[in-house]
Amino acid sequence: MTTGAALSVRELSKSFGAPKRALESVRLELAPGEMVALIGASGSGKSTLLRHVAGFVEGDRGSGAVRVGERVMQDDGRIAREIRALRADVGFVFQQFNLVGRLTVMTNVLMGQLPRIPAWRSLLGRFTHEEKAEAWRAMRSVGIENLAWQRASNLSGGQQQRVAIARALVQRARLILADEPIASLDPESARNVMEILARINREQGITVLVSLHQVQFARRYCPRTVALRLGEVVYDGPSADLDAGMLRGLYGAAVEEMLDGTETIDAVMNDPVVAEGLARAPATA
Amino acid sequence: MTAAAPTPIPVPPGALTPPGAGKRTLAQALAWAGFALVLAWAWKGADIRPLDLARDSGNMAQFLKEFFPPDFREWRSYLREMIVTVHIAIWGTVLAIGCAVPFGLLSSSNIVPIWVYQPVRRLMDCCRAINEMVFAMLFIVAVGLGPFAGVMALWVHTTGTLAKLFSEAVEAIDPRPVEGVRATGASALEEIFYGVIPQVLPLWISYSLYRFESNVRSASVVGMVGAGGIGVILYEVIRGFEYAQTCAVMLIIITFVSSIDLVSARVRKLFI
Repeated sequence: MTTGAALSVRELSKSFGAPKRALESVRLELAPGEMVALIGASGSGKSTLLRHVAGFVEGDRGSGAVRVGERVMQDDGRIAREIRALRADVGFVFQQFNLVGRLTVMTNVLMGQLPRIPAWRSLLGRFTHEEKAEAWRAMRSVGIENLAWQRASNLSGGQQQRVAIARALVQRARLILADEPIASLDPESARNVMEILARINREQGITVLVSLHQVQFARRYCPRTVALRLGEVVYDGPSADLDAGMLRGLYGAAVEEMLDGTETIDAVMNDPVVAEGLARAPATA
Repeated sequence: MTAAAPTPIPVPPGALTPPGAGKRTLAQALAWAGFALVLAWAWKGADIRPLDLARDSGNMAQFLKEFFPPDFREWRSYLREMIVTVHIAIWGTVLAIGCAVPFGLLSSSNIVPIWVYQPVRRLMDCCRAINEMVFAMLFIVAVGLGPFAGVMALWVHTTGTLAKLFSEAVEAIDPRPVEGVRATGASALEEIFYGVIPQVLPLWISYSLYRFESNVRSASVVGMVGAGGIGVILYEVIRGFEYAQTCAVMLIIITFVSSIDLVSARVRKLFI
């Protein structure tokens, strides 16, 4: 059943011992070059789903295959034996950036090269001129080339997230999974990071699956949205068709979190000018 | 709204004492009583004779007088042996660091599975449980009298201590950067080199320097069983009742150990 999809998830279920399953027979298919938002309230299974795709967690027995391109990451609740090598094809951007704070930005970005270079060179930290040049170009494309020799921990949240994206670019990943990449950022940095993800999707054709808990960002940057509720896919379609009323129907009271707590969200959702203004506004509400 | 002072909210009875306070006082009293019993029990075994201190104070004053003035006539040989002592400490520590890095990682529960870290930890316990002096006596049998036996003794014992300290640092790391490295498709070893070691390196350096300080102290006594260094001289002068010379040797040890402590403490501060 491989139809040249960038990502395909078949009947993936996961229970962490609780009676209610964290993922409930999730099916998902992304065509190459798509930019898809994964929305849902806290605890709806967004992170869990992304972590299954990257092979950090295994699904329950009886789950179907998770494929990235032609490669099977896990099947029937068993992670592929060569998962470490397979992860090279998948860039992962974390909510907390997950950089190594004491190392330089350059070294953090160069880590994207690790699967491609011989072990003796990687363990001695010896990267060639060409490898460093590739890292520099990736940094430049996200606008952090001037920070190359700073310690990653000295950077602001938005800058650190761009380092993480540069690392995924150096991996030459064809699929980037972004797990709440803007949840820890101020609105300006959040917009900037989303713009970068949209741009690499547009210009380099990299497939992006980004989990968000604010619907306005999904509508603004992603043509397609997949909505999860209690581990189940409850909507999969054009982001434009998602309106506040529909979300209320899907999520009930939990919807306020996703609508940014704004009471007049209907007006915001229906007015693109207002939505844009909200996205650009500083963190005062 | 005028000058009427606001009525203070009445405090319910018992709100200002923690629940179960009485029980805690009793438990504390019992704990102190138990401690006193242990002290009394150990009095006999340890042969504590405080009155002897008073009775023999004259002898002790006489004994102390013999230490002064210190006799530095042989200072060249003292200094030479003290430097050998530092050499023993340097090699004992460096070899131990080399072994403690892999053993420390192998005894960290967040790096290796339980069937690896449990046996490795027990092995490190063995290295640590036996004092350097005991190892020194054993290694003298194996490699003969002299500093090399001292190096071996410090090496084994320090490996046990540092491996434990190193693994505790590893177990306290932030797992998120490691997951970040893992996400790039890195191998397990690359994950450790790029995700774990950068996080623990400052602590590792600090622990190593601290162990070097204590090894200079330990190296000055392993000589007493024949494992080289200033301890050999110390043993000879004490056995020969040469208290003025003993004093000189002790002053040299104190000077060296304190200055190494001072310098190393300064250097350690740079890494934390």
